[in-house]
Amino acid sequence: MTTTALPTAAALALGDDALVLSHRLGEWAGHAPVLEEEVALANIALDLLGQARVLLSTVGDEDELAYLREERAFRNLQLVEQPNGDFAHTIARQLYFSTYQHLLYARLAGGDGPFAGLAAKAVKEVAYHRDHAEQWTLRLGDGTELSHERMRRACDALWRFTGEMFRPVEGLDVDSEALERDWLESIGEVLRRATLSVPEGPRSGAWTAGAGREGLHTEPFGRMLAEMQHLHRSHPGASW
Amino acid sequence: MATAAAHQTAGTPAYGAQDGTAGPAGDTGTDAYQRAFDAAVAADERIEPRDWMPDAYRATLVRQIAQHAHSEIIGMQPEANWITRAPSLRRKAILMAKVQDEAGHGLYLYSAAETLGTSREELLDKLHSGRQKYSSIFNYPTLTWADVGAIGWLVDGAAITNQVPLCRCSYGPYARAMVRVCKEESFHQRQGYELLLALSRGTPEQHAMAQDAVNRWWWPSLMMFGPPDDESAHSAQSMAWKIKRHSNDELRRRFVDICVPQAESLGLTLPDPDLKWNEERGHHDFGPIDWTEFREVLKGNGPCNEQRISQRRQAHDEGAWVREAAAAHAAKHTGAGRSGGTGATRS
Repeated sequence: MTTTALPTAAALALGDDALVLSHRLGEWAGHAPVLEEEVALANIALDLLGQARVLLSTVGDEDELAYLREERAFRNLQLVEQPNGDFAHTIARQLYFSTYQHLLYARLAGGDGPFAGLAAKAVKEVAYHRDHAEQWTLRLGDGTELSHERMRRACDALWRFTGEMFRPVEGLDVDSEALERDWLESIGEVLRRATLSVPEGPRSGAWTAGAGREGLHTEPFGRMLAEMQHLHRSHPGASW
Repeated sequence: MATAAAHQTAGTPAYGAQDGTAGPAGDTGTDAYQRAFDAAVAADERIEPRDWMPDAYRATLVRQIAQHAHSEIIGMQPEANWITRAPSLRRKAILMAKVQDEAGHGLYLYSAAETLGTSREELLDKLHSGRQKYSSIFNYPTLTWADVGAIGWLVDGAAITNQVPLCRCSYGPYARAMVRVCKEESFHQRQGYELLLALSRGTPEQHAMAQDAVNRWWWPSLMMFGPPDDESAHSAQSMAWKIKRHSNDELRRRFVDICVPQAESLGLTLPDPDLKWNEERGHHDFGPIDWTEFREVLKGNGPCNEQRISQRRQAHDEGAWVREAAAAHAAKHTGAGRSGGTGATRS
């Protein structure tokens, strides 16, 4: 593998993950449960947007890619496009995704492939994201009866979107099976400490869960893109 | 802290006091503390949290700092309204960072207020129940993307004009918070200007969008300096205490003088036919402000008063279970039931 041009499919997959999750987190602005979380969620959203811009720019024009592609051309995981739900859903989504992203970027940073440089920078940011999600999983899981129940429901609801993370992506030189083992171990450990059990449902199999990398998304994603893209598309060719 | 006696709380030695624990020489009782406080203010010294201060000074500061903190967090709403629709990724990053800064300003300001013996919880409760106010400017809606630029240029510009003198406010924690807030606000102001410049030089539709936003935000921005000096309820006492350094009208004039040449550079006009340079006064003359509108919006009859406060209450109510969980978790694991919610963050 060369160290020059990033493989397009992989850069789009990782870039779209970051772009879409950043957007979802941006929807929290002004709605967070406590002022510290306004700052924290925006921080994570900004880190992800920064990663997205670097990755998309290696493939083409960042704004054309973000604003002018149709839904079917996006390569992000279905997990990251899921609506925010309550705070527990947002935290479960963060826990699942940032654990994956942290394990993935740590591997990429340690290798000599085309993503090594970018991953070395991003892995430091993602370590904070993962820590943030873990701390909140512990607080909510092992907080009150209500928060335990909400966190349990959120972890269950999003579980079926987690298998997709370990499908091989063209151009990403990682051992997906080892990545999945590490992810399951890490998530299992956090959930246990949070007094939650590991969800039992399937993590993949149904066509609805696991095809984001091929451009098959869930219904809420189309509405998210409609909102995100409408202003840009309303003024074709304009600069902002 | 040259006048050590001023920094003396009864029974509590003030840090930095040069004469240790001794009270004002030869004086006893509140009068001595009052004289020492007056002397410290007259000497342009900072009053610190543990220093004695008149009750009315404390109450004025709590009211002002709380109102300022509330304005920061309510002010997130009109701009957050555009985060999900920002038309380029660069603009989206700038806007998210700005809204995040406002949450950060809210945090410093609530902390500054807490040094006066109140709590964030108590202040938020007063905001939610309408017993404390926030800046009326945020009761106007952001109707187009250009409004994000107009808020940065005009609203943040007016805020900076108001707040730079507060960096020399007599109360130490507030003055220090304002130093940091003003640095960040000046970034926001330049970013807003630059956003409008891009629109003004863009397509005819973009230019029109920018002009429309400036037309709508200009007058409300002038109202941000408060009522005319002869009608301002709190001004005289605040000036005497050196909480406030310049009168409302003086700051308003200064702001207009700054904006006129900037509008010209932007290629936009300001919606005031009476606006012109007055050689004799060395300031711009400007048309009459509609104080009826100001009072109506202040009373709750602005376009967004109800919406802003409902969203704030809703976020707070919907977040209650999260804050309760954090407190319960902290109580289980540290034995301390402090209300929590300190997520890992680097800001």
